[in-house]
Amino acid sequence: MKKENVIVAEALTKAFGDFKAVNAISFEVKKGEIFGFLGANGAGKTTAMKMLIGISKPSSGNAKVAGFDVYNQTESIKKNIGYMSQKFTLYDDLTVKENITFFGGIYGLSRAKIREKRAQLVSELGLEGISNKLVGSLPLGWKQKLSFSVSLLHEPKIVFLDEPTGGVDPITRRQFWEMIYKAADQGTTIFVTTHYMDEAEYCERVSIVVEGRIEALDTPKKLKEQFKVDSMNDVFLKLARNIE
Amino acid sequence: MKTIGFIIQKEFKQIFRNKGMLPIIFILPILQLVILSNAATYEVKNIKFAYIDYDHTSSSRALVEKFNASTFFNVLTDFPSQEIASSAMLSGEVDVVLEMPTNFERNLLKEKTAELSITINAIDGAAAGVTSGYVNQIVQSFNKDVRMSIIDTSKKIVQPVTIESIPSFWYNTTLDYKTFMVPGILVLLVTMITLFLSGMNIVREKEIGTLEQINVTPIRKSQFIIGKLFPFWIIGMGLLTIGLILAKIIFNTPMLGSLLLLYGYTSIYILVILGMGLLISNFTDTQQQAMFIAWFFVVIFILMSGLFTPIESMPKWAQIVTEFNPIKYFVEVVRMVLLKGSDITNILPQLLKTLLYALIMNGLAVWSYKKVS
Amino acid sequence: MKRFIGFIKKEFYHIFRDKRSLFILFGMPIAQILLFGFAITNEINNVQITILDHSKDATTEEIINKISASKYFTTNQMIAREADIETAFKKGKIKAALNFEKDFSRNLIREQKATIQIITDATDPNTANSITNYINAILQNYLQDKNKGIQIDYQIVPQTRMVYNPELKSVFMFVPGVMTIILMLVSAMMTSISITREKELGTMEILLVSPLKPFQVIIGKVVPYIFLSVINAAVIVLLSIFIFKMPVQGSLFLLGAESVLFIITSLALGILISTIAETQQAAMMISLMGLMLPVILLSGFIFPISSMPAPLQIISSIIPAKWFIIIIKGIMLKGVGMAFIWKETLILIGMTVLFIGLSVKKYKIRLE
Repeated sequence: MKKENVIVAEALTKAFGDFKAVNAISFEVKKGEIFGFLGANGAGKTTAMKMLIGISKPSSGNAKVAGFDVYNQTESIKKNIGYMSQKFTLYDDLTVKENITFFGGIYGLSRAKIREKRAQLVSELGLEGISNKLVGSLPLGWKQKLSFSVSLLHEPKIVFLDEPTGGVDPITRRQFWEMIYKAADQGTTIFVTTHYMDEAEYCERVSIVVEGRIEALDTPKKLKEQFKVDSMNDVFLKLARNIE
Repeated sequence: MKTIGFIIQKEFKQIFRNKGMLPIIFILPILQLVILSNAATYEVKNIKFAYIDYDHTSSSRALVEKFNASTFFNVLTDFPSQEIASSAMLSGEVDVVLEMPTNFERNLLKEKTAELSITINAIDGAAAGVTSGYVNQIVQSFNKDVRMSIIDTSKKIVQPVTIESIPSFWYNTTLDYKTFMVPGILVLLVTMITLFLSGMNIVREKEIGTLEQINVTPIRKSQFIIGKLFPFWIIGMGLLTIGLILAKIIFNTPMLGSLLLLYGYTSIYILVILGMGLLISNFTDTQQQAMFIAWFFVVIFILMSGLFTPIESMPKWAQIVTEFNPIKYFVEVVRMVLLKGSDITNILPQLLKTLLYALIMNGLAVWSYKKVS
Repeated sequence: MKRFIGFIKKEFYHIFRDKRSLFILFGMPIAQILLFGFAITNEINNVQITILDHSKDATTEEIINKISASKYFTTNQMIAREADIETAFKKGKIKAALNFEKDFSRNLIREQKATIQIITDATDPNTANSITNYINAILQNYLQDKNKGIQIDYQIVPQTRMVYNPELKSVFMFVPGVMTIILMLVSAMMTSISITREKELGTMEILLVSPLKPFQVIIGKVVPYIFLSVINAAVIVLLSIFIFKMPVQGSLFLLGAESVLFIITSLALGILISTIAETQQAAMMISLMGLMLPVILLSGFIFPISSMPAPLQIISSIIPAKWFIIIIKGIMLKGVGMAFIWKETLILIGMTVLFIGLSVKKYKIRLE
């Protein structure tokens, strides 16, 4: 069964003056796939993602997200994607419920739909006791899980996750990835950046970005075979060394 | 429309949840209105007055007595010498020193003329001018007394011609400064609160990072902006209402004109300020920058608004600068409508300029708001 | 010590990297002092008045010409009916109307007395009062010419001497005030914001767990702003001297020292605000909303403190700006030395100590 491509990038580039933060990257992501975007800090992951989600104009190259062009159909892209950034971006001074209501509202969900989603989400995350607490008072792990769930509220085709598990404990990370799998099972495409190489193992396919270029792109298994190593961590180290 | 509702709801929740900010938004301005309005007076009274009497006669004492009887002067002390007097003047203990020379009485009676010297601290030039006027009035009146008691009225003398001027102070017969200042200070407080809050609002979300989250949603620019600004519009109108009620109750400020007209004008005026706040927010990266810019404009707007010092006394170029000052129009309108009962035709020029200003400001603000980082 | 200097350097980098804020910090005081020095005056000039002349004779014409010739007034069109006065006032341009009685000239000659009504728009009491006074002065002047040759006996001639500001320039009054306001607000606002900013961003905790002592952290944050404010103060003083021709009768050194003291007082106030405020927003609102109007109104900058109701005079004493204004006016215009301003100086020092003491106390409570 051949699945359709939901993200297509061709020689996508973002330059700041002479410096090319993202240097002619090309790739495709299929519907329902968990696509890992790996790289060291400052490799250009976040910049690339910002172009795909329509808040940064590419310098050159082409890309389509959910069938829409990143140059002039950014508002249509936004209707079809969810986004969770590395900075925690729910409102600290609103309660769990209020955050859900607000984001549901600005994605155009009806009040009834919001109510339904909110109840579902609260019970799934086991937040019953604290749904009226300010988000600012929650531990980071819970905030991240909530943030991910909120980005799925409007049932987007694709979810972009920018280092979603930064700073959380291993158990929470595990739970987080279970949530990602669940979303992918339901047909949501996941585009995730990370610099945790063990997380790369969870992805269906990974691309490794070094200094703005994609240096390798395949399933974790094939990459390990190709570089003749046992872990993704070693794949990455090898690649990084080659560049130096 | 529904989307806007969600944003408004969120903004209100955030405003009312912030317990630290609530008193600053609502209590502080009201307190300032009630207290500071009493401070804004150019009336000159309780003038710190001292004298040096080298003459020690009944005439010199009578003159001092006249100053004592006046409500403007606060006769503090007499100094034995000029040196001590000028030192007291330097330290700010006295502002007016009257010096009566030896032979003051004798000269007056024999030479039919006498001299007095008066020293006034003129750092506050305007107050010094008024003080000098009061001093002259008292001396003139003393003069008249002297003439009345000495001149033989049976003797026919040539009468000088006089013009009697009858001052008539309209709209504020008692020359009460509070009548003048309360509406103006109210306007200022409404402006400051709405400008600072709107100026900080979006840049604050920028700084926290939540704005990026908003930018990746399909929400329309105009929806977002209207949703963001509407709560501040409500707060501005609310403050005006509280302020007007207090002005009536505490200061008994006259409200001759149509309140509906005032509210209509204010609803447009606040849009100017909100647009300006948003524009500042768009062009800055941090709340700190936003506040510096807002502060810069507010200080200029306040001092060039005609609120405390008259605009027509400014040099021509400065008067032209005030044309770009929205507070100036609001101050004019609130005073005209409340104190003089001006109607819509009277304030039409201000109304139209404010409307134009609102269109330009909000147009620029929406245009410059970019949903990209 | 080395660490401490490194820390101060970091603060300077923060400030100098942010070009926009820097531009505002230096540009703003200059722009404001120039604008206000020239524009703010409570004298009256070019006031538009209208005339209702019921007699239209040679005398009234002479008086009207005299009034038009003065720099205070611009006589606008004549009006024919009293009802028109109201309309003119409501539009707001005309501030006063002169109403000459019928047969003005004849009354003056036959009865030696004529009447004129000065109607003012007294919504602004100050302008109304000044207009009345100035017109009366012009009338007196006219009468003196008329009455020449008539010897008035028993006349006392007061010799009035206006000291410290003989030309009654309002610039002398306002420039020290503007300087005070700028220094006070900029210093208090900048420190309170920059400290709460670190609190909000969480970097304050990092600084506090560093080997630097808390007071070093605070001093480190404040030193660059002292430096900036001193430059601002110097620029303002130079502008006052060269552009506004303000004299500095007293010691320039003393003026500088007192300015530094006042800057430190304001910074200490900023620190105090930052211990109360949790967010930058709160810090800014307190330093802007809380300080701006009280400082403008209660410091004696525009309105004479001695005319205020007694409770407000007491409140004005807790405004540091009031004392600094007295000090600079003393040094610049009166030429006094420390002997005359030691009291004000002590009050400022006392306030500084109080602000810092309170901040330290608040700070300790938080740490416990």
